[in-house]
Amino acid sequence: MTQINWSDKVNPVVRNLPPSGIRRFFDLVSEMKGVISLGVGEPDFVTPWHIREACIYSLEKGYTMYTSNWGLLELREAVAADVEGTYNIKYNPRDEILITVGVSEAMDLAMRVLLEPGDEVLIPEPSYVSYAPCTTLAGGVPVFIPTGMENGFRISAEQVQSLITPRTKVLLLCYPNNPTGAVMDREELLKIAEVAKQNDLMVVSDEIYDRLTYVGQHTCMASLPGMRDRTVLLNGFSKAYAMTGWRVGYAAGHPDIIGAMTKIHQYTMLCTSITAQMAAMEALKNGQPAMRHMVENYNRRRNLVVQAFRDMGLPCYEPGGAFYAFPQISATGLNCEEFAEELLKQEQVALVPGNAFGPSGEGFVRVSYAASLDDLSEAFRRIGRFVRRYGVRPKIISTPVQMANGQSA
Amino acid sequence: MGNITRQILDLLRENAKLTPEEIAVMLNIDVIEVRDLIKDLEDKKTILSYQTMINWGKVGREKVIALIEVRITPQRDVGFDAIAERIYRFPEVRSMHLMSGTYDLAIFVEGSSMKEIAHFVSTKLATIEGVVSTASYFVLKTYKQNGVILEDNEEDRRLMVSP
Repeated sequence: MTQINWSDKVNPVVRNLPPSGIRRFFDLVSEMKGVISLGVGEPDFVTPWHIREACIYSLEKGYTMYTSNWGLLELREAVAADVEGTYNIKYNPRDEILITVGVSEAMDLAMRVLLEPGDEVLIPEPSYVSYAPCTTLAGGVPVFIPTGMENGFRISAEQVQSLITPRTKVLLLCYPNNPTGAVMDREELLKIAEVAKQNDLMVVSDEIYDRLTYVGQHTCMASLPGMRDRTVLLNGFSKAYAMTGWRVGYAAGHPDIIGAMTKIHQYTMLCTSITAQMAAMEALKNGQPAMRHMVENYNRRRNLVVQAFRDMGLPCYEPGGAFYAFPQISATGLNCEEFAEELLKQEQVALVPGNAFGPSGEGFVRVSYAASLDDLSEAFRRIGRFVRRYGVRPKIISTPVQMANGQSA
Repeated sequence: MGNITRQILDLLRENAKLTPEEIAVMLNIDVIEVRDLIKDLEDKKTILSYQTMINWGKVGREKVIALIEVRITPQRDVGFDAIAERIYRFPEVRSMHLMSGTYDLAIFVEGSSMKEIAHFVSTKLATIEGVVSTASYFVLKTYKQNGVILEDNEEDRRLMVSP
């Protein structure tokens, strides 16, 4: 009998999907001991206790059933009130908001609803790892908008305009950005909105880090004139409320689009876990003080991280949002994968090579400052030692950053 | 109180080991300004002291702590304050509050043994003029103090690397 090649059974679209650039690195890290990780894309805070406690209470009360496909109406109403209170955009909770299993599901749904085979999606890069695969799996073609340190990892309206073809259907926005921490300013977004309207593009805007904005104010794409119905707004609870593992997010937009997304959601997901929805409701109801506390903490660490890299002699652009810094490491003579791998082997510090998020990330590494101050200061000490070994001269500074453990960074 | 002052106090309350240099970077202000503000807060006794929280059980030096409820007779002009001072000046008294309700003073007393605390209560505290009655309750276990959980098993369970 002939040998069956089981891999041939896999849809070639899936088979040819490149594996996540983080995977190999993850395997390497998990074999090592004593590693300080600045490679984590989630808050170091656990979910605030009042949210966890509310979830326990909901289980005690017997909330263990399906919810409406759209999600609990009370949660959709709370989301609508939150979005209106923050950005002054009104969504009808009955047919313009869908509760999803994180922004990840919402992204997949949006792409599947909007794309026909061959449609092009403009995606800034470097950016989160799932945008291009979601596009490909939905039959679309990712077209990347490269960004760099010289313009703060922001895209421009001219760039968007220059990449538009007759097949361009969707512009994806992802600000504040993972991995760069970049934020867009309102003026440029207004110009981009004009380009989107002129070329009849839909905008899918992943604003999961919106509350973690430290410089200026976040501008919600859907809040710009004429953009509400043209935008599928994606957001969730993972980052603002430290609720990554709960998997609750939402999509908001025109009822025709959200209705279509709900159609897929009802057949493939049915509904988001009721327990997670109950927790999300508590987060919106009483979670503001804890969120402010976390944001204030991230902001302080952000200042420390940027300063620490600059003191080491590595250029680091000031991230305006999220909880990542994106220092340039080319001065070491290593590429970003070598840097990450050698740093891990020599100093047991894990961070993520920039090119895992797109080719423009080459020469950079993503440093998550969702880590304790103690871990950050020890990591800086080790990274500083490491880059000196590769001939990077620390900046002469008048007041060295003394860390809590008494060692200079 | 300015916003910067509040932030400095918040930071030091959480971690008194932070240096002015670190605080300056975190709050994006000049280190000289931080030093001046902290000096001013110390001079004005807004910042009273910097202490270390210790889990004594870990070094086998178990402390005995008791809550003593004390009823006292207030005095003309000074109310509770004069008797309160006579009590809180004793080093055995670790913290003390004037309470609403059925008794007046809640006193936390620390000693190396129950006997030592009993001795303090019966010979020093109960005999002060104006002290009407005392009721002592010994602490069996401390779960949380000054906002810090003593045996916190909630460790970092995140994956080492994630996108």
